[in-house]
Amino acid sequence: MTTTVLESRPRQRMPWPALGVAALVVALFASVFVGAADITVWDVLTGGLSEAHRVYLVEARLPRTAAAALAGASLAIAGLLMQLLTRNRFVEPSTAGTVESAGLGLVVVAILAPGAPIVIKMIVAMVFALAGTALFLACIRRVAVSDSFIVPLIGIMLGSVVGAVAAFLALSRDLLQMLNAWMLADFSAVLAGRYELLWLVAVLGVLAYVTADRFTVAGLGEDVATGLGLDHRTVVALGMSIVAAVAAVVVVTVGALPLLGLVVPNVVSRLVGDDARRGLPLVALLGAVTVLVCDMVGRSLPGLLAGGSAGAGEIPVGTLVGIIGGAVFLAMMLRGVRNG
Amino acid sequence: MAEASILVTPPDRFSGIRTRAESDRRRRRLVAIVCAAVAVATLAALVLTGLPETVGSRAWHYSLDRLTRHAVAIVLVAMAVGVSTVLFQTVTGNRILTPALMGFDSLYLLIQTMFVFFMVPRPEAIAGGLISGGLSGFLGQTALMVVASTALYLWLLGGRRTDIHLLLLVGVVFGVFFRSISSFFQRLLDPAAYLQVQDAMFASFRGVQLDVLVACGLIVAAGLVVVAALGRRLDVMLLGRDPAVALGVNHRRVTIVVLVVVSFLVSASTALIGPVMFFGLIVANAAYALLGTTLHRFTLPVASLLGVIALAGGEMVLGALGVESALSIVIEFVGGLLFLFLLLTNRAR
Repeated sequence: MTTTVLESRPRQRMPWPALGVAALVVALFASVFVGAADITVWDVLTGGLSEAHRVYLVEARLPRTAAAALAGASLAIAGLLMQLLTRNRFVEPSTAGTVESAGLGLVVVAILAPGAPIVIKMIVAMVFALAGTALFLACIRRVAVSDSFIVPLIGIMLGSVVGAVAAFLALSRDLLQMLNAWMLADFSAVLAGRYELLWLVAVLGVLAYVTADRFTVAGLGEDVATGLGLDHRTVVALGMSIVAAVAAVVVVTVGALPLLGLVVPNVVSRLVGDDARRGLPLVALLGAVTVLVCDMVGRSLPGLLAGGSAGAGEIPVGTLVGIIGGAVFLAMMLRGVRNG
Repeated sequence: MAEASILVTPPDRFSGIRTRAESDRRRRRLVAIVCAAVAVATLAALVLTGLPETVGSRAWHYSLDRLTRHAVAIVLVAMAVGVSTVLFQTVTGNRILTPALMGFDSLYLLIQTMFVFFMVPRPEAIAGGLISGGLSGFLGQTALMVVASTALYLWLLGGRRTDIHLLLLVGVVFGVFFRSISSFFQRLLDPAAYLQVQDAMFASFRGVQLDVLVACGLIVAAGLVVVAALGRRLDVMLLGRDPAVALGVNHRRVTIVVLVVVSFLVSASTALIGPVMFFGLIVANAAYALLGTTLHRFTLPVASLLGVIALAGGEMVLGALGVESALSIVIEFVGGLLFLFLLLTNRAR
């Protein structure tokens, strides 16, 4: 499957983990200092920061950077897990109905218990996401695994059916605007006190790393995995729970980031192969860097286009991730066909 | 006439036979007639229930005019969507493909957004109605969509046969891609202009202008003339590429002609009322199931009639429930379920 130029060379000459960490540090640093309020590194180091800037930095800029990095890393990991467990390179939470199911959960809880605290909303969204993912798995069990394009298609259609139910409910209760705002990822509303639940996905990421070898084995198929002494069912259930939890937490706190979990693991597996324990940290790093960069571009591009005038608005990060992810995905599919 | 129907249903020639072929034909004719009657009844009901009680008053005339345009718009859209979907499925040899699935609705949204973004930077021009409803707006959008969609279809479908699922997935991803670009530009719009785009996102039959209806009617009529000229060659296309070529049909040329006609029909209907994703999938497959045949002289009219019934009936039912604007959502729900059913039961090829 990964017939790239890289494989014909002797492998692992490039120090990918070091490069990844370096890229993440640069991206984090840039994300803190790029943007509307001109905060310079010099001011921070010398303590010459005005009080307004200090508040802005702590209340808005740092939370935003952390949220972007956490959401990107965790969604990329979720994508990798799904691809291993379904043995299909084109599957991720937004092509398996998981994200739309979480959205349906949000609408249901908004109708039944409008005043519920965010933790309750998240738990309901998570339950719906899990149910949606289970439905997806039940559906794809009925089709041949060999046909790699039909599995994501089923997931996308399942997502649009679930999304239609959510939209209908939302429309009848005047919640459509809220639903749309929820589903489009945008970090501009992320402030201190509104993103901390995302640290939960960091825990889930560590859990995924600890159990990574099991997912690699599970990715060999049910028969092989069982033959190697793995409880395939339990591992699949664990993996899908992690995926559903990550998707729900990210949708509730920032919104959907389409195709991110699909593109990042595919790029990484072309670089270092399919070993989850080896690939997982890189997937997390690249996911975080991608979202950080997209967020920075979305923050500064409208201003540049509008000739540097302030108040030109922001491009939501979900949009940029969708554009880049869509382009990479198309290239991947069409190239895979030409090579195969 | 006779030789083509033998071609398409060869078993009839050998066993059992004339009587069965005859009864099949009678049944299909009956289905078509019943569909036509129900379609007319639904349209009449839609118009009559909308009229105020005092016959002949000014309000009555006003409502009659508005509802007639509404009904004509429904007929035009049903014809354009039904015919284009059946034709699209014929040339692609597949029952789950529709133009809408190939990223068409989001292409429409993108063009609409671009229109607002580049053509109408000033609020005065927005008030002029170039974007929604006006004849120049309609023609401009149709022309742009015809060019863009023809290019897309010919690139994806004109060349070698590829995996149908790959094709679909590429179309769906194009959808995500176009939608992301649209939302990129929507973010840069001022609120007044954004409202114009938002209006275009949901299909609506209300308030269509007369000149736009006439223009759309002409495009649909021209498309139907081309389809009629292709005649029985369409049925032969159903056999697949090699048999069709062996029977003397220029497969490539017919494919291209059909794709261009489909582009025109879908562009015109989408520019008229907005995107109705999945709608063609529902009516085309319902027509195949009711008729038990894929002969175009039955499927094309019956799919269109079913479209009229579904649109007019759907509007009335949802209107009675008080959620009129939900029609496109309901279509997406039913269409998505049907699509999944077709995929999972492997009727895809």
